[in-house]
Amino acid sequence: MEYYGENLLPGRLGHFFIVLSLVAAAFATFSYYKGTVTQNDADKLYWRKLARICFIADLVSIFAIFGILFFIIYNHLFEYKYAWQHSSLSLEFKYLLSCFWEGQEGSFLLWSAWHAILGTVLIFKAKEWESPVMTVISFAQFCLATMVAGIYVFGSKIGSNPFVLLRNEMDAPIFSRPDYLSFVTDGNDLNPLLQNYWMQIHPPVLFLGFASVLIPFAYAIAGLWTRKYADWTRPALPWALFSAAALGTGVMMGAMWAYESLTFGGYWAWDPVENASLVPWLILIAGIHTLLIFKHTGHSLRATCLFMILSFLFILYSTFLTRSGILGDASVHAFTDLGMNAQLLLFLLIFVVPSLLLFALRYKNIPHVIKEEQTSSREFWMFIGALVFFLSGISIIVMTSVPVFNKIASLFAGENTTLFTPLAIGEDSEFSYNRIQIFVAILIGILTAFTQYLKYKQTGKHFFFRKMFIPLVASLVIGGFILAFGNISYDQKGIGFLGAIWLGVVSSVFAIVANLSYIWLGLKGSLKISGGSIAHMGFGLMLLGILISSSKKEMLSKNTSGIFINFGEESSEKSGENLTLVKGVKTDMDKFWVTYQSDSAHPAKPLWYYNILFERKDGKETFTLQPNAFVNYKGNEGLMANPDAKHYFDRDVFTYITSLPDPERNKDTAQFENQVIEIGDTVFYSNGFFVLEDVTSKNNIPTPGFAPEDIASIARVKVFSKTNSTYISEPLLITTNSSQFPLPDTITAESLVLQLNKIDGNKVEIGVKESNSILEYVTLKAYKFPFINLLWGGTIIMVIGLIMSMVRRNKLNKTRILEI
Amino acid sequence: MKKLHIVILVLIAISIAVLISFMGSLTTYDTVETAKNKPGKFVHLVAKLDTKQPIEYDAINNPNYMSFTAIDSVGGSVKVVYHNAKPENFEHSTRLVLKGAMQKEFFECREILMKCPSKYKDDQEAAQKNIPVAASISYPTKQTTALKK
Repeated sequence: MEYYGENLLPGRLGHFFIVLSLVAAAFATFSYYKGTVTQNDADKLYWRKLARICFIADLVSIFAIFGILFFIIYNHLFEYKYAWQHSSLSLEFKYLLSCFWEGQEGSFLLWSAWHAILGTVLIFKAKEWESPVMTVISFAQFCLATMVAGIYVFGSKIGSNPFVLLRNEMDAPIFSRPDYLSFVTDGNDLNPLLQNYWMQIHPPVLFLGFASVLIPFAYAIAGLWTRKYADWTRPALPWALFSAAALGTGVMMGAMWAYESLTFGGYWAWDPVENASLVPWLILIAGIHTLLIFKHTGHSLRATCLFMILSFLFILYSTFLTRSGILGDASVHAFTDLGMNAQLLLFLLIFVVPSLLLFALRYKNIPHVIKEEQTSSREFWMFIGALVFFLSGISIIVMTSVPVFNKIASLFAGENTTLFTPLAIGEDSEFSYNRIQIFVAILIGILTAFTQYLKYKQTGKHFFFRKMFIPLVASLVIGGFILAFGNISYDQKGIGFLGAIWLGVVSSVFAIVANLSYIWLGLKGSLKISGGSIAHMGFGLMLLGILISSSKKEMLSKNTSGIFINFGEESSEKSGENLTLVKGVKTDMDKFWVTYQSDSAHPAKPLWYYNILFERKDGKETFTLQPNAFVNYKGNEGLMANPDAKHYFDRDVFTYITSLPDPERNKDTAQFENQVIEIGDTVFYSNGFFVLEDVTSKNNIPTPGFAPEDIASIARVKVFSKTNSTYISEPLLITTNSSQFPLPDTITAESLVLQLNKIDGNKVEIGVKESNSILEYVTLKAYKFPFINLLWGGTIIMVIGLIMSMVRRNKLNKTRILEI
Repeated sequence: MKKLHIVILVLIAISIAVLISFMGSLTTYDTVETAKNKPGKFVHLVAKLDTKQPIEYDAINNPNYMSFTAIDSVGGSVKVVYHNAKPENFEHSTRLVLKGAMQKEFFECREILMKCPSKYKDDQEAAQKNIPVAASISYPTKQTTALKK
């Protein structure tokens, strides 16, 4: 059948380039392999030349695929499922690239594109290492190409192709019409949660991190394979540093995205998706440190090989975890699987088995030093630090893998049997990580602080303590100062955990101060060689920022059940975390009066912006926050909120919408009607009548923000409705020395709002409002995050430090080559 | 034995001890019935929203109280109380993991994990809803069958 209006050429080209990239990567792998194992020099060059051509063909085809897919999305060719599923006509240009990596296929392409670029750099730079290293990289490229192949081999589908047509993938009667395309007028759009600038920048950087971890791995494998056990470490070091910087930035950008646009109430939730990319980074950092030990002393080469191999294997493992859908119930990132689990598992195993086997076979041959390290040597403590990092990573990944263990156990025991009940992380999953990692933070803080002051091989006691004295005393003073005046009193988890936090604060201050002073005490202020110290200092700042911001995070929107101030006896209600603001009504929230002032809509989308006015009670500051939310968006009926924050240098005030009234209902246009009555009088309203029973006054209002002499007048009103229900309503009138304002009370069931306007002797003015519609309101949560900037700043400093080291190591390598 | 080896062994021993204590703190995924058998114990209740029963949530009166009825795959049903705001898209969830403990009358839920048909990655089913249905357009049936060939 002929279909009208389809543009099939881009798809055909796309298919062609996908097949080309697959074939080119396969040939590149083979040729580089031959180039490595052939003995004859002329043959080596021949194979290498062939392999280069293949690899460049792979690079070109990947960018062609990228370009074609972008063309399809940009021109809204909804006959292609990818464009239909991930984009829409109203999507802004800046998000067009984001829909690219919303889907699994696009993110595999992104990863593959970085491999291709890094591989091309290696073709120019790797010299004698090119053939073995590029064999590994080309093979990884081949594996990634199969992920987007979408071809059938022996009846089973390999990969998921981004160029499939909507009509071939969906089963709907409309596709039997030749002009079906004229009915497919718009796409599904990018998930609103991802319509955020972090989504534009976080995935490319994270995947650069993922891709770059392959290179130290490839060098390690190449070293073991060609039995040049030690030589590979020299060119691998700058790459490993680069990778640590890229992956670290990617992970922290994810944290910033979570903080700024997701509503998890923080930047880190120990979610499996976060853990899965953190663990390779931890192991990579361990590997960098053991590599440095090896460079200077000859120790720890075996550990270096293992760590470099494992860091990439854990990248693959995290890919498997996050994309296979195996996490299912354990993660807020609800990945549904594409039916590629077997392929993903194969991708993991095809790297795990040969690389670990190679390591095991060559283990005995890897050179090692018999002589023991001195306890006064730098390498001794550095190794311990690396080991702590490694074990911390392992413990995180084991805890994250509980769903995998469930799966494996159920394979043996069968689903839904009494033999085995699936397990889950207990009551407070964040704490089950925190209580372990806090000790890692303490240990690492101390180790990074003093280890640099030690010399390789051995250090004189006198020398060490003389240099160490000033930073140690300074850190104790600063740390003590923070503890004394910082009011860090997070005791929800017991005094032991608070003690650990205090230790952590002091040790991270120690790490910052010691590394900062080492630039002068140890390196005489030479910035060129102080990349390590700067990175360590940044890491110390990150630790401090994490400890302070997490332990001092405050819920602002708490302790008010309902919108009205609760004067009565302690309500049995748990202190909730949500606060409802009725439009125009000033509401008490911690140190602020907050008012929901107005809202406005996005011109093209059901995206609403809510203007929330924050007024400090001491009158020193007012500002407006504008959290927004998608309402009933494209099959996502309900609400998708984006937070807004007021940033200060030392804290953020952060709020997001958690609930809204149904927007379908009418707007409230009713006005208050005022009546002057006396105690005991009866007033009728449309649905019944009410009696003013009593008016009392109270000072010492037990709600923060009021002065003792502020007075609250409470009118007690009994409402009798036609339906024989009775209600007690207590509107308030608050009198402070500067102002007087009413706090109305609503009886939602009666759509009746009562307001106490004025008290004049016996005369009381009561405002009555009846409204057919529910009031306009928003329910929100608000937090205060202190010192979050320490974390972001620390991250930036650490990354700068890593890049400085990378540049220096790269230069050193070059000069060494020139000397030879 | 090298000093470093001792340190390595000690650190690994600590890690194993930590992981064992972590394993001990794990809870289980339960059905309504098994959860009722262990009142007060923290469990993960796997269920879905009973759409026939009302969801009680009134943000004006109390933004921190929601109650609803959950049914599990074997038909057990329980009232759930959640002291928090109603989660986004709650009505459209296909599956709920309720973390909390069984009380006398109801399941006191502290955290809800929802599976929505189109939360992160679009699911075919939800996506298909957005395809215009040809049935709404008058079109001769016979011709359709002929065209299919």
